[in-house]
Amino acid sequence: MSQDSIHGHPEVVTTHEVHHDEHHGHHKETFITKYVFSQDHKMIAKQFLITGMVWAVLGGLMSVLFRLQLGYPNETFPWLEDILGRWAKGGRISVENYYSLVTMHGTVLVFFVLTGGLSGTFANFLIPLQIGARDMASPFLNMLSYWFFFGGSIVILASFFVQTGPFSGGWTFYPPLSALGDASPGSKIGADLWIIGMALFVVSSLLGGLNYISTILNMRTKGMSMSRVPLTVWALLFTAVLGVLSFPVLLSGLILLLFDRHAGTSFYLSDIFIAGKALPNEGGSAILFQHLFWFLGHPEVYIIILPAMGLVSEIMAVNCRKPIFGYMAMVGSMFAIAILAFLVWAHHMFVTGLNPFLGSVFVLLTLLIAVPSAIKVFNWLTTMWRGNIRFTPAMMFAVGFVSLFISGGLTGIFLGNSTLDIQLHDTYFVIAHFHIVMGVSAFFGMFAGVYHWFPKMYGRYMNNTLAYIHFWVTLVGAYLIFWPMHYEGLAAMPRRYMDYSAWSSFNQFEGLNQFISTVAIIVFAVQLLFLFNFFYSIFKGRRVTSQNPYGATTLEWTTPIRPGHGNWPGEIPEVHRWAYDYGKDDRSFIPQTEPIGAHESKH
Amino acid sequence: MTTTGFFLLAILALGFLITFQIAKASEYVSILKGEKKAFEQNNRINAFLMVVFLVLGLIGVWWCNKLLYKKTLLPYPSASELGTNIDTMMWITLAITGAVFFATQILLFWFAYKYQHSDKRKAFYYPHNNKLEIIWTTIPAIALCVLVGFGLFYWFKITGEAPKDAMVVEVTGKQFQWIYRYPGKDNTFGKKYFRLISPGSNDLGMLWNDTVLVKETKGGGHGDHGHAPVDNKTVIKADPAGYDDIIQSSALYVVKGEPVKLVINAQDVIHDVGLPHFRLKMDAVPGTPTTLWFTPTYTTEEMKKITGNPNFEYEIACDQMCGNGHYTMRGVVKVVTRDEFILWRAQQKPAYAAYAEARGIAPANAAPADTTQATAASAAAPVKLANN
Ligand code: HEM
Ligand SMILES: [Cu+2]
Ligand SMILES: [Cu+2]
Repeated sequence: MSQDSIHGHPEVVTTHEVHHDEHHGHHKETFITKYVFSQDHKMIAKQFLITGMVWAVLGGLMSVLFRLQLGYPNETFPWLEDILGRWAKGGRISVENYYSLVTMHGTVLVFFVLTGGLSGTFANFLIPLQIGARDMASPFLNMLSYWFFFGGSIVILASFFVQTGPFSGGWTFYPPLSALGDASPGSKIGADLWIIGMALFVVSSLLGGLNYISTILNMRTKGMSMSRVPLTVWALLFTAVLGVLSFPVLLSGLILLLFDRHAGTSFYLSDIFIAGKALPNEGGSAILFQHLFWFLGHPEVYIIILPAMGLVSEIMAVNCRKPIFGYMAMVGSMFAIAILAFLVWAHHMFVTGLNPFLGSVFVLLTLLIAVPSAIKVFNWLTTMWRGNIRFTPAMMFAVGFVSLFISGGLTGIFLGNSTLDIQLHDTYFVIAHFHIVMGVSAFFGMFAGVYHWFPKMYGRYMNNTLAYIHFWVTLVGAYLIFWPMHYEGLAAMPRRYMDYSAWSSFNQFEGLNQFISTVAIIVFAVQLLFLFNFFYSIFKGRRVTSQNPYGATTLEWTTPIRPGHGNWPGEIPEVHRWAYDYGKDDRSFIPQTEPIGAHESKH
Repeated sequence: MTTTGFFLLAILALGFLITFQIAKASEYVSILKGEKKAFEQNNRINAFLMVVFLVLGLIGVWWCNKLLYKKTLLPYPSASELGTNIDTMMWITLAITGAVFFATQILLFWFAYKYQHSDKRKAFYYPHNNKLEIIWTTIPAIALCVLVGFGLFYWFKITGEAPKDAMVVEVTGKQFQWIYRYPGKDNTFGKKYFRLISPGSNDLGMLWNDTVLVKETKGGGHGDHGHAPVDNKTVIKADPAGYDDIIQSSALYVVKGEPVKLVINAQDVIHDVGLPHFRLKMDAVPGTPTTLWFTPTYTTEEMKKITGNPNFEYEIACDQMCGNGHYTMRGVVKVVTRDEFILWRAQQKPAYAAYAEARGIAPANAAPADTTQATAASAAAPVKLANN
């Protein structure tokens, strides 16, 4: 059965199912239809992945540049000017550029890498393969989703090249700073481009999300009830629902902002005196935008972490050779997270003058969300308990993910408590919290996913030694970078400061900042190693020779080693059991396609 | 490019090349050894590294704490009464989360090591256990309720009404500076209006004289009708209560042991009054005043002794991104004794004095000023108000 094709996809004759009768382009596939305007979910997944990687490198590079300033505020780097020109006059990043870099780093990584790159890749790649569908519900909308994403990317990228620079007021885009060109050079055309880029991104995410939801709900193969789908699929479903319900709110918030910027409305503006003159606007509320923003913003952090949780759960079960512990509890806790994610947004706004009683409701709901998070952690631990663990690179990253999620989740309990948030808000404590729990964790989930499914994507393996080096340096580096930041936060050191030397309360961390910057540069370099491994292995990696190299139960491993458009050459397999029969009845694993045996034990 | 640049790049490239060659070689070796053998070896090494990471990590946590603890605010008492509550809350939370942190991290890496692959062991088929799951749903829920309980108890204390006798100071943020206003002898703030702001002479837009606001309404709407704009004039009366207000930017003076309430404003974008040593902060939002109150417990001089830093100052750090000068938006709080405060207060001139002087109006220090003169001076310059 393992028909290893040497180049490209084996041309698979697709048998069309009833619910899947649109014609595929693969009869007369050209380079354009296959690699550019592809409608094959697997190719679109790779497009998202590689675009995400490009963005990750750019976003990471931005952080290296601004960390250079933070770590070495008194030094100049003449070679920077050689590379960056006006961005680093005299070998130093100027203030405007510093803030542009910080803002764009956040925007790019949160939206274009960890949302588009992560969900885009794995929802596209895994949903059809794991539920037993030939493609997405609408391959065409799916293709559009990628190209809107690409368009958004280009617009954001373009803002780097306008005279007044990209937006520079922070990824949260708070007005009036973002509404008034006079408030900051970045708030001129850069802010408009940011809004347009984000609008395209939202469209992309809606097209994608609606597609994922309808695919999961309607296109599962025979026998694949919702209680049998792998946790990855559940996670991606909740992610898509969160996105579909919350991104439109951001978009409307941004549209109102656009009106304030150009049509003289006063949604967010009132009583403003800037650049020597009083503005006509009266009666708006600057805080309104924050409500709208965080109504997306908080679900957004779960949009980022849920797919990672799904990938990690799946990878853990496969590599512990045990069922995931508490499947229903895992689904239930994701459901709880998805609901609660909509009810906690104002915990980002405890010190905006929010009504204290309202604040207290949000404290309660916020700390509630830690319960499902805790359940998940305990379930992962129990999954490992008495397992027989294979430390593939994917499994290493999964373990790292759990460690980081614990560390970062616990600091959420500090911040969700409004009493402590008064002190900690907008300090490095918050930076430490969300980089560990979201930034690095989600990257770990993504790395785990890439290492695990690379053989399915390209029919080859990545190099293990490089992967282990990548893992250890990244894990150690991530802790070295972000752990000490908690202490800076406990000294109330504010975030988004370009230079602390004039502050007697915060200048005691000079050595530490230097240390953090140095480690950050090393960790960044090691990510290049990962990229190298990735691209090198696409062409030169060790070949996959068996159809199911991990001994996994799920459907993607019943397809040919390099599945063509349509995924299964013959009929789509029927499913008879859940995805987690590992180590049952003395068998290493029982594929989902195997009917329940007469003497099989129950669980 | 300069030599340093080349040098760095060369080192980087070399490092990559070497790592890559090693990785490549190890792949060949593993093929020679046989996949199973190579897998087992890798597994053992990585499982072992997991415990190494755990042990070094725990040592690292301890060491990091040793190095950095004294650089935080934790070793020093809070400079405000309410801040003490925040400190207590911090310790309760640290204790609970700390216990969870160590327990779960140790289990995680220990399991990773202990249950590494072995041909002898079979994984235990253990799909679920309702009792366990209920236990670890309820225990965190109870722990969190405790935290919510304490948290809200303190939260309502902190955000509650300021005591009636609290001194009120108005703090206004603008790019990139703080302005402090104290009411004068009358203990009442004079009214202000943002359209009257005039940088340098009337930074807050005080109603120091009668002002005519002109609202331009375009007659007929479209240009071809040719109507002249209709002027709607509103007269804003001067507010004599403002003549003795003290407005300055040098420092926020507050009295040790006496509650102070800050009324916080912003003129352009959102700022935030961050008070690290008092453990407090509050946003400054244009158009929506906010408040914050606290009782300072140590004077600046006392804090110099407590921290052992002879140059100690209470700083106000802007904690909300407000533009490119955000990181320079520094203010100073001087906590002084009652006597020192009275002395300082006596030395301050009402802001109106300088304003009036510049305009040749008889300065109206204490008594409400001669309003007619003030009106005369301002009527000449009506403020235009565009209509949208
Ligand atoms: C245990 C559950 C969690 C709680 C109680 C929690 C609580 C909070 C709170 C209260 C804040 C606001 C802090 C402030 O600005 O003062 C915050 C910030 C943040 N959290 Fe969490 N969090 C939790 C888990 C997560 C997770 C799982 C993610 C992402 C995957 C996440 C991502 C973020 C981000 C991105 C921010 C900062 C946004 C910004 O201001 O730029 N948090 N968290
Ligand atoms: Cu949140
Ligand atoms: Cu600021």
